[in-house]
This record gives sequence, C-alpha cells and structure tokens, in this order.
Amino acid sequence: MSGSRRALRIANGQGFWGDSIDAPHRLIEEGPLDYLTLDYLAEVTMSIMQKARQRDPRAGYAPDFVELIRKTLPALRERGIRVVANAGGVNADGCRRALVEVAREQGAHGLRIGTVTGDDVLPRLDELIASGVSFANLDDGRPFAEVRDRVLSANVYISSFPGADALRQGAQIVVIGRSTDPGLVLAPLLAEYGWAADAWDLLAAGTIAGHILECGAQCTGGNFSRWWEVSGWDHLGYPIAEVAPDGTFVVTKHDGTGGLVTVDTVGEQLVYEMADPSRYITPDCVADFTSIRLEQAGPDRVRVFGIRGAPATDTYKVSISYLEGYKAVGQLTVSGPDAEPKARICADAIWGRLARAGIRFEETLTELVGVDACHGPITRGVAAPGEIVLRVGVKDRDRGKVDRFGKELAPLVTTGPPGVTGFAGGRPKATEVLGFWPALIPKSLVDPRVVVEEVP
Amino acid sequence: MKTIPLYAMAHARSGDKGDASNVGVIAYDQRGFEILSAWLTPDRVRAHFGEIVRGRVERYEIPNLRGLNFILHDALGGGGSASLKTDAQGKTHGMAMLRMLVEVPDDYAPPAVGPSGPLAPGGEL
Repeated sequence: MSGSRRALRIANGQGFWGDSIDAPHRLIEEGPLDYLTLDYLAEVTMSIMQKARQRDPRAGYAPDFVELIRKTLPALRERGIRVVANAGGVNADGCRRALVEVAREQGAHGLRIGTVTGDDVLPRLDELIASGVSFANLDDGRPFAEVRDRVLSANVYISSFPGADALRQGAQIVVIGRSTDPGLVLAPLLAEYGWAADAWDLLAAGTIAGHILECGAQCTGGNFSRWWEVSGWDHLGYPIAEVAPDGTFVVTKHDGTGGLVTVDTVGEQLVYEMADPSRYITPDCVADFTSIRLEQAGPDRVRVFGIRGAPATDTYKVSISYLEGYKAVGQLTVSGPDAEPKARICADAIWGRLARAGIRFEETLTELVGVDACHGPITRGVAAPGEIVLRVGVKDRDRGKVDRFGKELAPLVTTGPPGVTGFAGGRPKATEVLGFWPALIPKSLVDPRVVVEEVP
Repeated sequence: MKTIPLYAMAHARSGDKGDASNVGVIAYDQRGFEILSAWLTPDRVRAHFGEIVRGRVERYEIPNLRGLNFILHDALGGGGSASLKTDAQGKTHGMAMLRMLVEVPDDYAPPAVGPSGPLAPGGEL
C-alpha cells in the first residue's frame, strides 16, 4: 500500500445490458489489466429480471455474464484479472451457482466467486412500510399508495463496501445485485487501498473514476461532439482508469485500439446524466464535480486530480418499478414528392379512423422521422425531406385498445395517399409499460450480505 | 454583435434522469465560457427547445470544466420505457442545443475546431 505502488488498471467493458459483446474480450486480450468491471443495469432492468425469475426460479440475472465468464475464465485466471459486475439482477445467488458450475466444469478448483445481496427489498416492502418508510416519490413527493399494488421490483442502490469485502475474501469474480454504476470501480479501490469509510475525497475520486468509465466507450470517442476527430470506429478502445493510492488517476485505453481520449472526450462524459454538479450523491459519498481538474498527460491519456468529496447521506436510494399500462408503436415510410403533407394525411387518417371506432387513448404520439422527431421546432420546415418515416404510438391501461391500434397501420398502404410503404414486421403488439418510482430508505434498515464460495 | 452557432464555440452531451434530460455544454475557451454564462440563460434554452420541454429549465455552472449544465424537466414523454418518443432518453438533446445561434461580440473568434472552419465544424448544422 505504499505511495510508490503502481496504479491499479481498472477497465469497464460493458456500459449497459446490450453493449458490445466483444468489448470485454478485447479488454482482456489487448493489453494489461487488473480489474474488469461490467455494468449490466438500467433503471428498468430489475423489473425484467424479476419477471424472468417469476417464470423460472433459477433465472433473474444477466445470463450473458455467465456466458462471458465461460469463454474468458482461462484467460482471466492466467492473467490474474478480477471481475466486478452488477450482473446479479434479482438472483445474484443463482448467478453465483451458475458461475461455480461453469468454473467446476473447467477444473478451476479453488477459484472464489462472491456475491453481494440485500439490495432486493421487494419481499420486505410491507415490513418496511410498517416500520415507517414512506417510499414517497423522490422527484415529486407523490404517496407510494398510488402504485403499491402494481410494484414489480424494488432495489436499493447499495454502497461499494460489501463488494470490497468480497474481494478482500479472495473472490476473483464478484457479482452484485443493484450496485451503483460508479461503485463497480470504487469497490476494487476500497479493497486494494483500504480507503476508510470517511475518506470523502478519496471516495469521491473513486466514484468519479467510475462515473467516467460507467458508459464504456462514451469517454473514449463514442458519442463525442467532434466525431470527425475520432478514428477506428470499428475497434473503439473501451476505457481504463489507472488509479493511484492517493486517488489521482489517468483515463486511457489499450494501445492500438481506435477512439480518442482527450480532455474534451472525458469532459463530455463528466457532464453526462448530471444534476447538481457540486452534489453528486452516491451511497458512498457526495462528490463535487466542480473540484475536478483535467489535464492531457500524453496521447490518449487524461490525468484527473483535485477531487473533493463530502460526507455521505444517511439514506439509500431505492429504485422501484411498477406496471403503468401498455403501449404500442408502429411506423410507415412515406416517399416524396410531398412526403410531409402525405405523412400528415396518414397520421390524421389513423387517429380519425380510431376515433370513429370509438377508441380514445390516454396518450398518443405522432412523429415525422426526418422532419422533427428528435429536435422538434428546431428542425421543422428547414427543407422538404425526400421521404419520411411516420411513427405513431399509443399508451393506455387497456391492453385491448392498444392492440386495436396496431391493426390500423397496414391499411394505410392501400387506403392512403400514394407512395406509402415500409410496413414490415407485422402489426405492432402491445407491450407492458414500466413506470419508475425513485424513493429513499434509511441506511440502517438495509443489511447487505456477502457470500464467497470456493469452487470444489 | 454577431451571431454564430453554438456548435462553433462549445461541445455538448446529453442524457436522462427519469422524465428530465440533462444537457452539459462545454465552451472551447475561457472567453466563450464567459459569453455563454451571460447569454445562455434557462429562458433562452427553453425557448430554443419549444414544445420539447414542458417543464422548467434549471442551470448549474461548472467553471472548472468551462461547463454549464441544464436540466430540462418533463422533456422525455415519461422517460425510459414509459415514453413513446424516438428519443426517450434525451440522447439527441445535446446536438439540438448545439444548433442554437448565439450572439457574441464582434471581436470574439472561437478556436477553430473543425476541418471546414470554425463556423461549420462538421458541415451541416
């Protein structure tokens, strides 16, 4: 733990569930690494996992992660790379059992695999309400009773310390349920450097390293405003933070990979999904983004330093999802000449015909993709588009009405203006709409559990 | 005073938090940051986005990054999986912001950032 110790190289190979399947393999193969982190969660992922588990009690985690480990375990063991992933969903224990089985098949005797659970409070909701937790909506204060009977999942964003405990107990792979995204990077730093629970500046530094890495290639050239400066799009390097024991770090990527790491690509990722920059609240600390200093330290190397933090709050955030209703979205392609007026006739016809059939929806949407779907009034009327995708959608608690809407699109090809096509893939089907309900819970009421299992 | 596209003097990134989007705008130089701090007000941003933003617009300053962070409330049609919109997560709001036209002093010339010259960095705005 001396100051002269070389920095830890921590990478992120998965920015969300559905990110590049090659990125983790390339991070392992294309250069040196100490830790590989993988973020599999989004706000609605937990409810998807909860449903999978209802169908099959062994499911409810990210199966892609188990497949990744199946393919990479020999290389991970050979190179001593440790893995931290929030792939556990609502069944981290099930995920661990599947991983142990994979490791056993490969003869990885003695390998340790850890899990952190306790984030899933769905089975405890009534008990917690009885003990005084209101679960009032964090954004607008609405009472929880509005959605209580429709709740599908409820998970606490837990702190990074239990994950660090699992690493200290020798786990080479740690699977967490609902961790924060930056916490995946902070956990190895806590384990390796022994940072104290009240070392707020260090905790903030590790959190900000995690924030920069959490969306994968978004800090290495992906989504960068000056896209014309980025090259090697077909082999973008995923990000690596080289973090020193004093909390300063360098953001970089493996040599020879595509992409770009500059003060500007890192700066853009810092402001991504940010609210009040001086109070970035996590379970571990409150990080101050107005203290961050960035410096180009070489090609594709950005040094980050000067970070300050403040004491953590005494509550955890809870991510609750509930069934809000049903939706369906469909589209038609309308060619020119006169694509825009013809697309508007199509849209009016769809809504008019449904109204004549006596059907009204709680919410409808009409978008002209090619005119104003993304930027509204900013791009409307700039130029006459050669063709347009008409995109229409509805939302309602009545699934039957939503399905009825889906039958109203195809007829436009023969009953609308000329040059309407692109109706493929069948009628749009009603899918469930999941609402998201953030709330707070006192930390004292949540008890994370760490299990480390050795492969026989 | 003259008018130049925000694209020529700043870069941006956007993302979502529930039904709000955030747009972080980062000026290319200190003078540009000072101009934008005075000119790029929540009211102007709200007017630029028109009916896209149904709620209020908040602004935070991040001087160490030459940045301004805007929160656009009620801008994503419910947000996440609840939204019907193409851009349910505000991914394109940063690019929408950069299409804004900014009034700057006549002697302000932003650093050249693109192959086509400072006022048309990527070509089309």
